[in-house]
Amino acid sequence: MQTKRTIFQNKLLPYLLLVPQLAVTIVFFLWPAGQAVKSSFEREDPFGFRTTFIWFDNYLQLFEDPEYLNSLGRTAIFAVSVTLLSMSLALLFAVAVNRLLRSGRVYTTLLLWPYAVAPVVAGVLWWFMFNPTIGILPYLLARLGISWNHRVDGTDAMILIILAASWKQISYNFLFFVAGLQSVPQSLVEAAAIDGAGPFKRFWTIVFPLLSPTTFFLMIININYAMFETFGTIDGSTGGGPAGATNTLVYKVYADGFLGLNIGSSAAQSVILMLIVIALTAVQFRWVERRVQY
Amino acid sequence: MASIDVENVGKVYSGGVRAVTDIKLNIADGEFIVLVGPSGCGKSTLLRMVAGLETISEGEVKIGSKVVNNVEPADRDIAMVFQNYALYPHMTVYNNLAYGLKNRGTPKSEIDTRVAEAARMLEITQYLDRKPRALSGGQRQRVAMGRAIVRKPAAFLFDEPLSNLDAKLRVSMRGEIKRLQRRLGTTSIYVTHDQLEAMTLADRLVVLNGGRIEQIGAPLEVYHAPASTFVASFIGSPAMNLVKGELHGDRLAIGPSVIGLNGFAPASGPVTVGVRAEDMRVAHEGEEALPFRLEYTEELGSQRLIHGAVGDQQVTVAVSPETELAPEMRIAVDAKRLHFFAADTGRRLAGKVPAEAKFVPAEPVA
Repeated sequence: MQTKRTIFQNKLLPYLLLVPQLAVTIVFFLWPAGQAVKSSFEREDPFGFRTTFIWFDNYLQLFEDPEYLNSLGRTAIFAVSVTLLSMSLALLFAVAVNRLLRSGRVYTTLLLWPYAVAPVVAGVLWWFMFNPTIGILPYLLARLGISWNHRVDGTDAMILIILAASWKQISYNFLFFVAGLQSVPQSLVEAAAIDGAGPFKRFWTIVFPLLSPTTFFLMIININYAMFETFGTIDGSTGGGPAGATNTLVYKVYADGFLGLNIGSSAAQSVILMLIVIALTAVQFRWVERRVQY
Repeated sequence: MASIDVENVGKVYSGGVRAVTDIKLNIADGEFIVLVGPSGCGKSTLLRMVAGLETISEGEVKIGSKVVNNVEPADRDIAMVFQNYALYPHMTVYNNLAYGLKNRGTPKSEIDTRVAEAARMLEITQYLDRKPRALSGGQRQRVAMGRAIVRKPAAFLFDEPLSNLDAKLRVSMRGEIKRLQRRLGTTSIYVTHDQLEAMTLADRLVVLNGGRIEQIGAPLEVYHAPASTFVASFIGSPAMNLVKGELHGDRLAIGPSVIGLNGFAPASGPVTVGVRAEDMRVAHEGEEALPFRLEYTEELGSQRLIHGAVGDQQVTVAVSPETELAPEMRIAVDAKRLHFFAADTGRRLAGKVPAEAKFVPAEPVA
């Protein structure tokens, strides 16, 4: 990087200039995170009079709790499904739009709209569409002989939140895939066409491998999104139910801490989540630029 | 191996922009054809239509005896070398060469043999395991060539393959392309904007301008008898001098000087007169000549180009490096080497000046 170096005469000034950013980080991240770590080692009595330091008991309990393990499994299913669904659909749309010359921009704009919708609204939207009483989709599905009720059926509920969460994320993935596709030189595709590869083969042997940096980047982003940013979507639609079928890790933190008021366990869960984020981010930084290249 | 016939081909892009008009070109089996012209003349479009990368709006393209207008590029039995090489960056050199063969279901052992043979021919055997990223420009160029020759296609199409190389490498690769083409005897179409490349490579060259063919011919034919002022100024370096003149019977007036053409009168009235820099020389003492005002010189080592004005018209003369220079000089013209072009259309006027033509003393013209 070619940046100009500034030498400060005043020793205090550079620190003063950093204060606003540092304050934000400390007040809104370090301090709450520290509090969470501290709480995760403590147990509070029901009335909040007494706190006991209990070392790793909260963590140990979590890993013996079938509900937590269940939630871990649900989260994995959810995250993988959302990532696969939203990325594959986004790639499909991007390839389709990339073939268009003039109308491409219109489609791009239209496809971006879901990203502007708040997660809760997305959740409510799909909840309405799939509402067993008033929704249009259960009505249509019933005609095909499929009974839909996400209030009772855990699988239905999971499908609902996967659809809602994916729908919102497609826009983001789409944008990156379009940019990625446009950076694949046209002459490579033409060379492959002359080399006897049909459109399908051209895509899988030339275009897709060249997209791999984009794909890998999006994979990490999407897993992160599905695990941590879908709280609103879930809260707006299934609320973690039925019977914990859509109780993902993030939702469980909220449910245990703010509804169940089990601060210690909730804090331990959020610390585990934090570790997962850190791990994912580390993977992204380590490998995105190094491993996936050509 | 196949002939290629381009019959009255035209290209109109959606939106009505016309790129190529009424191209008629018959390429014999094994011939090396160079399409040359300034940028935007339609040469690449024409090549891409032969390749099948652009649809053909008008006319027919035949490879062998088969009309290929609606045939996919893959089924036209051609190979193309792109300007930016278009090597697959995620594949090794070996896989780059083998890709086209694999797609056609060639047996593995056959692929190995052919890749090895092509690699040996192009001296890239030691790079077969590398990715294109790890190769120099010249090596990438060879790989691109290799990808074309492993397939043993009926025709090679080259789209300005040397324009990304530095000058020295360009000259050596140029020789190599020619040598390979001779050795393989494959029909080739080569697009370039570089007239030197066109002259040195072509069996026949096709000069294009504004989407139309200006002239087709062997390099020397085009050089010695350019069909139009465009070709005259495009082919050859330095460009042919084109000056305004006037014909009165067999007398040619250039500025204040008059040249007797000894009975040769291709037209009357204003004409454009073309003369190559090497067909002029510094006049001897007392010889009839054109007055020349020297402006600047360019040293080429083996010769010296002197630029100046005859009357108010710019002229370049090639002289030997020993020639004495002066601000005011006199230039003799070999009249039988003059070219005449119609002043309005720029087309060549037929015929040659008889050998005995010479200057006549300047006199008022009737």
